[in-house]
Amino acid sequence: MNFPILSSLILLPTIGALFIFFVRSSSEKYQASKYLSLFISIANFILSIYLWYIFDKNSVEFQFVENREWLLGFVDYKVGIDGISILFIILTTFITPICIISVNATIKKRLKDFLIAILLMETFMIGVFCSLDLIVFYLFFEAGLIPMFLIIGIWGGERRVYSAFKFFLYTLLGSVLMLIAIISIYWITGTTDVEKLYEIGIDSNYQNLLWLAFFSSFAVKTPMWPVHTWLPDAHVEAPTAGSVLLAAILLKMAGYGFIRFSLGLFPLASDYFVPLIYFLSLVAIIYTSLVALMQEDMKKLIAYSSVAHMGFVTLGIFTMTQQGIEGSIFQMISHGLVSAALFLCVGVVYERHHTRIINKYGGLVQIMPKYAIVFMVFTLGAIGLPGTSGFVGEFLILMGTFKKSFLVATIASLGVILGAAYMLWLYKRIIFGEIINNEIKSMIDLKKFEILILFSLVIPIIFFGFYPEPLINSIEVSVGNLLDIYNTNIQTNLAYKN
Amino acid sequence: MENLNLILPEIFISIAIMLFLIIGVFKKKSSSLIYNLTTISLVILLAFVYNLNSISEISLFNESYKIDNLSNFMKIIMIASGIFVMLTSSKYLQISKINKIEYPVLVLCAILGMMVMISSNDLIVFYMGLELQSLALYVLASFNRDNLLSTESGLKYFILSALSSGLLLYGCSLVYGFAETTNFNEILINSNKTEYGLTFGIVFILVGLAFKISAVPFHMWAPDVYQGSPTSVTIFFAILPKIAALTVFIRFLYVPFANMSDQWQMIIIFLSIASMIFGAVAAIGQTNLKRLVAYSSIGHMGYALAGLSVGTNAGIQSSITYMTIYLVMNLAFFSCLFMLRRNEIYYEKIEDLSGLSKNHPILAFSLLVILFSLAGIPPLAGFFAKFYIFMAVVEQSMYFLAVIGLLSTVVAAFYYLRIIKIIYFDPEKEMYEKNHHIGLKLTLILSTIFIIGYFIYPSGLTEIISKINII
Repeated sequence: MNFPILSSLILLPTIGALFIFFVRSSSEKYQASKYLSLFISIANFILSIYLWYIFDKNSVEFQFVENREWLLGFVDYKVGIDGISILFIILTTFITPICIISVNATIKKRLKDFLIAILLMETFMIGVFCSLDLIVFYLFFEAGLIPMFLIIGIWGGERRVYSAFKFFLYTLLGSVLMLIAIISIYWITGTTDVEKLYEIGIDSNYQNLLWLAFFSSFAVKTPMWPVHTWLPDAHVEAPTAGSVLLAAILLKMAGYGFIRFSLGLFPLASDYFVPLIYFLSLVAIIYTSLVALMQEDMKKLIAYSSVAHMGFVTLGIFTMTQQGIEGSIFQMISHGLVSAALFLCVGVVYERHHTRIINKYGGLVQIMPKYAIVFMVFTLGAIGLPGTSGFVGEFLILMGTFKKSFLVATIASLGVILGAAYMLWLYKRIIFGEIINNEIKSMIDLKKFEILILFSLVIPIIFFGFYPEPLINSIEVSVGNLLDIYNTNIQTNLAYKN
Repeated sequence: MENLNLILPEIFISIAIMLFLIIGVFKKKSSSLIYNLTTISLVILLAFVYNLNSISEISLFNESYKIDNLSNFMKIIMIASGIFVMLTSSKYLQISKINKIEYPVLVLCAILGMMVMISSNDLIVFYMGLELQSLALYVLASFNRDNLLSTESGLKYFILSALSSGLLLYGCSLVYGFAETTNFNEILINSNKTEYGLTFGIVFILVGLAFKISAVPFHMWAPDVYQGSPTSVTIFFAILPKIAALTVFIRFLYVPFANMSDQWQMIIIFLSIASMIFGAVAAIGQTNLKRLVAYSSIGHMGYALAGLSVGTNAGIQSSITYMTIYLVMNLAFFSCLFMLRRNEIYYEKIEDLSGLSKNHPILAFSLLVILFSLAGIPPLAGFFAKFYIFMAVVEQSMYFLAVIGLLSTVVAAFYYLRIIKIIYFDPEKEMYEKNHHIGLKLTLILSTIFIIGYFIYPSGLTEIISKINII
């Protein structure tokens, strides 16, 4: 048997967390636990890059599959990756060290517990992207609630309790319906193994209901309008590192779920519900963009922009075209980087000025020129300017949408304009203009570690903007395979009806 | 002549009871000696019962007493949790000044009664066990007789329990009248579906049993009794009688009344749904932890009943799995309660937990794990307990029950989260004492490890329970 590389990827952060748990807590030792967690997460990143390197991009099969007997007679522990999951794994392992570095400035109390929570979170997130069994997927998907609840609740802002509860209960409510659907799938087909389910398919009579149950979970997590309201609250109250994890990776779990499960397992239902998704996505794009325009809190603005961007993602996925789905995946990766960067940027000024209200800022360009530059890059990335990774994703999504529906694509394009409006306006209000008070004058420019983490985000955003090839290459075959399954299903069903 | 080896555990415990009483009478200040002896005798008892494990099914005394996989497993988990209950509560008894010799003896009596209940295969034997158990429990509930709440809870429990026993007995007599026998196996043969008298009998019996496991709408006693009794008795109440009553539930439904499942299935489903919803909703407003556990246990019994209502072996097994995991979670939770001690006073309000994570990180972490597990969040043991139940429920396409059950877990999650919020998010209070009895620590550590580690090897428990095939 081969070396279980995926399981070690999943377990490594947990082992690190255990170590930190048993390190005695005195104030100097915090440093030790910090370096330990940083070391673990970077080791995990290197491992995932190595995984990408040895990953065969031209194969449609799931790779590095591990299969172990687990729940007797019911479910096996099964993990494996294809071209789509590998990107999300790398995104996770890339963002986690950045979060850990960023706690330097933002987390004042109980650092040790925070690091444990982040590392556990990493385990669960990687688990979600690896799992090839519905029950295993559900386990990781839900388990992530515990650390995130604590991250928001312990280290959050003033209304942290409300936000943490809202986050937890919203997500849980969506997910329990998915659990029923998963159990039903088991009794309908006799397995919850995703690979097998791709082969045998699910009876078309059940697909719509099952699709809705999965949708209820993913829609909350994405979040789609109208169940997006937990997101701004959670973002505003969460500490910077928590917001970064939430925006960069947690939201992507749902997008990934849509591709892997909704599309893969219920092709007929996906086809049936396309208008619903189009409608909700468009509302998300236009409405939340308008809402974002009117926000006074920076984090809230970025949170609403996340909803709008995820609207593009769901739109792209359900175009069922190669471009649309590839664009969605690309957009998710890109949004993972950009939104993480934006939240870090907000964290930087919040740590200095202790407010997130946009009106309290102005003229930062004169005080913090370096900050102004990196913030510009991220703003442009969020807008989707050509040359940043944001552009590639949005462009592919719109291209895919145009193939299917001219009207939808036109409306969605308007969202791009709105996106530019709120982001640039935000930039203008914060960075340009007069210095409105003396406190701002005393703000210092980026510290070394901030430059390090922000630049490590600038590089991929610009690199993939100019040269998206590596990402597209890795997902192309897998997306093609997914679409093949989808199209054969639709055609056989049509033939059956005729 | 029957083979008395088979009821060696029962004989042993009866002799132990009498012996301890004699020691107690003749030896002054022997309470802690008897307490320790009781714990030891429970360990020996466990060994005796475990010894019978190889017997898959055998009936004694004209088929009125049955030893099979079900009874063996239930006895083992009941006695094991009895040992842990004894381990956790010794210090509590000393501090509350209720460490009298009668206490451990009554505990043994209750355990003997429950063993008889679990093995009974006859209405009369069953009723005898039930009453032995109940009488011991009445006294235990009011054991702290100087405390107003404790005496009140004992009286309340006595009156309501006597009422339910009356109903149960009436049900038994109806069944006897229409089936012309008290033996479970013969009732199965004689039962005539068209006979309304028999149906009435079943309903009365189910009401009596529902009272014992505090299923809605027969739950009224639970919160008061849980709160008023000494905590060492509450933990006993929360675990052992439930195991026994659930076993009897299984036996009644699937042996004598197996043919009449269309008559009782709706009742069980109703009890289950009502308990799940009520347990989740009513616990939200509670401020006392013991009261909260009472409501939460009502909810948990709802899930266990959901497994029973299915009518398949998988359903029964899921119910037993649920019960096993539930008892571990409860043991762990009460161990934490026993640790909230400062200057010889035990604290049991939710706000007493405020900011616990700051001063007692490990205790707070255990509570966090236990509460998330009670809420049924993966990957903790509580999730798997619910998972097996819903697996069995959905297999029979009872989607309505599954959806209600899962939605009430979301509601229930709220009040568990509220406790976690108080532990982790609120400002800290004074320290609690840190030196605890070794048995208490051991119980907490073992049960927490079980809860966290269950997902690593879930098949172990499943394998043992899958041997229990009633149908």
